[in-house]
Amino acid sequence: MADVEEKVITALHDHDTFLDSSELIINMGPQHPATHGVYRVRLHLDGEKVLGAESYIGYLHRGVEKLGEHGDYRHYGPILDRMDYVASVSNNLGYCEAVEKLLGVQIPPRAQYLRVILTELQRIASHLVWLGTHAMDIGAMTIFLYCFREREKILNIFEKYFGARLTTNSFRIGGLQFDTYDGFEAECLDFCNDFPRRIAEYEQILSDNRIWIGRTRGIGILKAEDAIALGVTGPVLRGSGVKFDIRKAFPYECYADLDFDIPIGEMGDTYDRYLVRNEEMRQSRRIVMQAIEKLPDGPIMGKVTKVIRPPAGEVYHAIEAPKGELGFFVVSDGTTTPYRTRIRPPSFVNLQALPPMVRGQLVADVVAIIGTIDIVLGEIDR
Amino acid sequence: MVEYFLIPAVQILIIFLVLLLFVAYATYLERKVVAFMQVRLGPMRVGPYGLLQPIADAVKLMFKEDIVPAGADKWIFMFAPVITMIPAFTVFSVIPFSDSHTTVFGYPVHLYITDVNVGILFVLALSSIGVFGIILGGWSSNSKYPLLGSLRSAAQMVSYEVAMGFAIVSVLIYSRSLSMIDIVNAQKDMGWWFAVIQPIGFFIYLICGVAETNRAPFDLPEAESELVAGFHTEYSGFRFAIYFMAEYANMILISSIAATLFWGGWLSPFPNVKALSFLQVVPGVVWFFLKVFFFMYLYIWLRATLPRFRYDQLMRVGWKYLIPISIGNVILTAVLRLYFRT
Repeated sequence: MADVEEKVITALHDHDTFLDSSELIINMGPQHPATHGVYRVRLHLDGEKVLGAESYIGYLHRGVEKLGEHGDYRHYGPILDRMDYVASVSNNLGYCEAVEKLLGVQIPPRAQYLRVILTELQRIASHLVWLGTHAMDIGAMTIFLYCFREREKILNIFEKYFGARLTTNSFRIGGLQFDTYDGFEAECLDFCNDFPRRIAEYEQILSDNRIWIGRTRGIGILKAEDAIALGVTGPVLRGSGVKFDIRKAFPYECYADLDFDIPIGEMGDTYDRYLVRNEEMRQSRRIVMQAIEKLPDGPIMGKVTKVIRPPAGEVYHAIEAPKGELGFFVVSDGTTTPYRTRIRPPSFVNLQALPPMVRGQLVADVVAIIGTIDIVLGEIDR
Repeated sequence: MVEYFLIPAVQILIIFLVLLLFVAYATYLERKVVAFMQVRLGPMRVGPYGLLQPIADAVKLMFKEDIVPAGADKWIFMFAPVITMIPAFTVFSVIPFSDSHTTVFGYPVHLYITDVNVGILFVLALSSIGVFGIILGGWSSNSKYPLLGSLRSAAQMVSYEVAMGFAIVSVLIYSRSLSMIDIVNAQKDMGWWFAVIQPIGFFIYLICGVAETNRAPFDLPEAESELVAGFHTEYSGFRFAIYFMAEYANMILISSIAATLFWGGWLSPFPNVKALSFLQVVPGVVWFFLKVFFFMYLYIWLRATLPRFRYDQLMRVGWKYLIPISIGNVILTAVLRLYFRT
């Protein structure tokens, strides 16, 4: 770590052409309104211009990966909820599927469709949080509350179904614990029918706003090859124009039966990523509507033993979480406790793109770029 | 003795107290209006509809600890908020709320404190002093975010004052006087508000007014998401409240000047049209405050709607657009005035 830091600093000094002005080092975070949690970025400034940035993480480290090695396979779900806490349903989906792959269990179609409906609703909720906070970082504060108004409806559905709003402990290994409540489909459809009007409202406030365009167009450009080299995934990668979505590339659950598009950007700037996420919300709505239409009857739990004891072996399974590729690497030694659980969180990898993106931009852009990556610190620090 | 000392002293006291009340309730207005635009209720707990909230806030801030950060320049740090507040309140001495006057104990009493023949210059001079309090406050805090905030605000206020000055000059060409009373009376004589005659000047003044008061979308000096709270990051308790009061007093001030210069001050709409003379039943001071209220609402509306400019974009708007346009407007006005004498 220390020599990496040294390298970064010497690299910064190499292109220091400002001989007469000393650079100002400023700590943004860990307690700063725009770092979305306890993230700290150390900025080297020349006036308002950013010469370089270094990330410091770990303020929210809770040992999530290590905790996985201590309990039963089933006990891990509630802990994972605390990872990406604005998209806890996706966290659970990734883990449950990884263990199901290890067990070789096929889950019934009804459970698959319900899982898809719930994770896509969660994707919309997560993107709404992103849009609200991102817009608020750039100064448009009204849209934050508009987004939370819509998110509230999704959380109400979650509350009725899971019994919790944020940390839902959504799925069980092998399927679902509960079948839907009466009126679940109607409530989801109700939300879906209302939602396009709402997105149009957000876009009316932002998309053609000259200040918004000025603040996001050409800011934090990430070229496609750089994005791939950095291992960036999710909307950030698609904003750079790479058409990669795990839902299409390696379909899981019932995504292969559903019809949806993958929006991509052109320039890879902040505005493109904004458009991509907005379009993703529309596509998620499409997926939810289709899945509700096709929702089959039947059992919701696959054939899973009471005690989960996967055969010795290892598996890597990745899903498309709202923020990108969320991967779980689970190693079993044939006992009831995982030998190792390794998580590949999308925010952690995407955050790598921050220093190259902010270099040469202004202080105000750093805030916009942190927002556009859409990080959640619970997931980065684990 | 009574005429020159006692009556002005009482007048000043009354206007100051009323102004303080207005400042306090400007925060309430802002919170309520923004809340309704954002589908929520705003303050509702203290008093009916939260009407006592500003008072509760003031009391709370007064009892808070007055923290001076280690390494701060103590005296400047403590004095800086006062430097910002005093000019903000002093300027109201030349704002004419109405031209009506009564007699108290045989002495005429006006609804303004004084009428200076260089009124608008006085306003500009004093409002430029306010920026010193912001620079000194940020600089003396011995902290990086306030320093950045005060640097920004200094640059912003200086550059927008230029365009604002030119916008005012374009009005002065028509009014032929710097006295605030005469400026309103000139609008009465012409029969039009200067906003109609000087739309460009009015528009530039409005934009610069927002920038001068550091309000959204030009609220860079205190951009919460970038600089935490800008120049007053290190302030707490009542010193923070003083900065806040100064900001809202400045908002009211900018609105008052906009109403006086461009919307005919205390005049009713179209003061010379006979058919609308019934509007003059409403006292002038009510018209004045309605206009001020409208501008205040406009500021709040802007804040709820627009994202924030970036520093360089703000400078570009100021120097590349507003200043050239305002200079061109002055020249155009002067030429028109010369050839079409009224």
